[in-house]
Amino acid sequence: MSARIIHIASNTFREAVRDRVLYNLIAFALLLSGASILVGQISIDIERLVVINLGLTAVSLFGIVIAIFIGIGLVSKEIEKRTLYTVLSRPVRRWEFIVGKYFGLAGTLVVNTFFMAIGVFAALLYVSHKFVGSDASVFVALYFIVLEFLIVCSLSLLFSSFSSPLLSAVFTFSLFVIGSFADDLRGFAGMAQGLSHWLAIGTSYIVPNLSAFNVITTVAHGQSVSTQLILQNTLYAIFYSAMALSGAVLIFERRNLK
Amino acid sequence: MAAIEILGLEKTYMIGFWRKRPKQALRPLHLTVEEGEIFGFLGPNGAGKTTTLKMLMGLVFPTSGSARILGHDWTDPVIKAQIGFLPEQPYFYDHLTAHELLNYYGQLSGMPANGRNNRIEATLQRVGLHDIKGLQLRKFSKGMLQRVGIAQAILHDPKLVFLDEPMSGLDPLGRREVRDLIEQLKQEGKTVFFSTHILSDAEALCDRVAILHQGELRGVGAVETLTSAVQGKVEVIWQGTQVPASLKALGAECHVTGDRVRAVLPENQQDSAIDALRRERIRLIAITPLRTSLEAYFVEKLQHSETSAGKIS
Repeated sequence: MSARIIHIASNTFREAVRDRVLYNLIAFALLLSGASILVGQISIDIERLVVINLGLTAVSLFGIVIAIFIGIGLVSKEIEKRTLYTVLSRPVRRWEFIVGKYFGLAGTLVVNTFFMAIGVFAALLYVSHKFVGSDASVFVALYFIVLEFLIVCSLSLLFSSFSSPLLSAVFTFSLFVIGSFADDLRGFAGMAQGLSHWLAIGTSYIVPNLSAFNVITTVAHGQSVSTQLILQNTLYAIFYSAMALSGAVLIFERRNLK
Repeated sequence: MAAIEILGLEKTYMIGFWRKRPKQALRPLHLTVEEGEIFGFLGPNGAGKTTTLKMLMGLVFPTSGSARILGHDWTDPVIKAQIGFLPEQPYFYDHLTAHELLNYYGQLSGMPANGRNNRIEATLQRVGLHDIKGLQLRKFSKGMLQRVGIAQAILHDPKLVFLDEPMSGLDPLGRREVRDLIEQLKQEGKTVFFSTHILSDAEALCDRVAILHQGELRGVGAVETLTSAVQGKVEVIWQGTQVPASLKALGAECHVTGDRVRAVLPENQQDSAIDALRRERIRLIAITPLRTSLEAYFVEKLQHSETSAGKIS
């Protein structure tokens, strides 16, 4: 990776870390993990299930909010504030800027997820006083959540490269919601006829298939996740993010910075 | 070798809801800036100065034309390591301190880590920023941000510096310091290309200027040449407060300031004016041909273009 990408990524990471809003969101996520202890205590015999379910859902939701919230401003804010002018007047290629921004945000989300995961494991330890073998699956669920973040990051960056922050947020969130129901969309496509069938099929392949990344219920029930799914999701996330990033680069390479 | 060769750069924006109405921001521009000179790019607001600079920086793509910078194709990213750019009304990452910002830009410019810190400190001192350690840019005043902007433009010791309205937001002392800095850059052998609409700055600093109006180049040349055009009039200054009647009869426009009188009269009346002053035993101080100021040249070029446009329409 070029040194310039690393410098842009670390500056993006530093910018996010110094943003106070980020800490509020992490605090909320940790609070929700803590609240799961209370809910767990009134759920006799299923404390672990409730803690894992609520904790991981909090990590996922708040992470998505952070990914969208920061991601939509990554490029548009730099254009609006004209900070981009002094960056691109240096030996920095436009694609390096986009990729650097992406890695900076992805790094921020990985670090955030790490801290939020500590909260989930602390809550789990509090209700069961020990870890069991099946808790290892929680790591897989967290890994899938991070992959989901990578996809959402690339989408917010794609929209941010050509539209306003508000529209980028609407587009990214819409794709996240539709993507979370991609399996249902494919099910509908199977039942539909004619144009609706093809529209549903087309949409289900364009939107990210995020439903495949949601294994929270599975791991909450102590079931393991197959290696094949791990591999499949990893490749899918890399491919989808790369495509979205390429789109962002293609648009940004041609954009006049007025 | 020319530092900048602009070869017919042109920019037309498509405006309106459907982007079907063309608006020409810059007509084909041909301009050469020699190495080591201070070149002023003058024009009123909206003349196309910033558009030209943005095209040279690769921020805006031209409709047609090209340019060569320091002998290389302008799109070559390598050349950017030798360029410094100060945008108009610069704004920076406000979560960073000035030192962190310069370090980031130094990294992007490919400055080696060894000695970078010393260079950053020296550059901050050079632009007059002291006692700002730990202070984030969000707390900087407009003038301080302008100084940071100049610092980032010269940090990596570029051969060519582009400054878009460098005096903007500065107090008179700050403007003086920036003028000195630009002169120092020239002494160091650097080429400075700066846009401004403050003509006194350009007249004091520039070797050559170009005047842009409504996206079109109206004039270009050495400041000395542009301002040396004699208007067919002379300026006569003498000691006293009285204007002899014989001088008034020659058609002189006289102004009394303190104990001196300044008169402007046609060049062919110069000898008669001297004779009149001798007769009255008045002490003559100076006679100089009246030269065009850069401002007068600028206004003339703008008015000429507007008259031509009126005739065409």
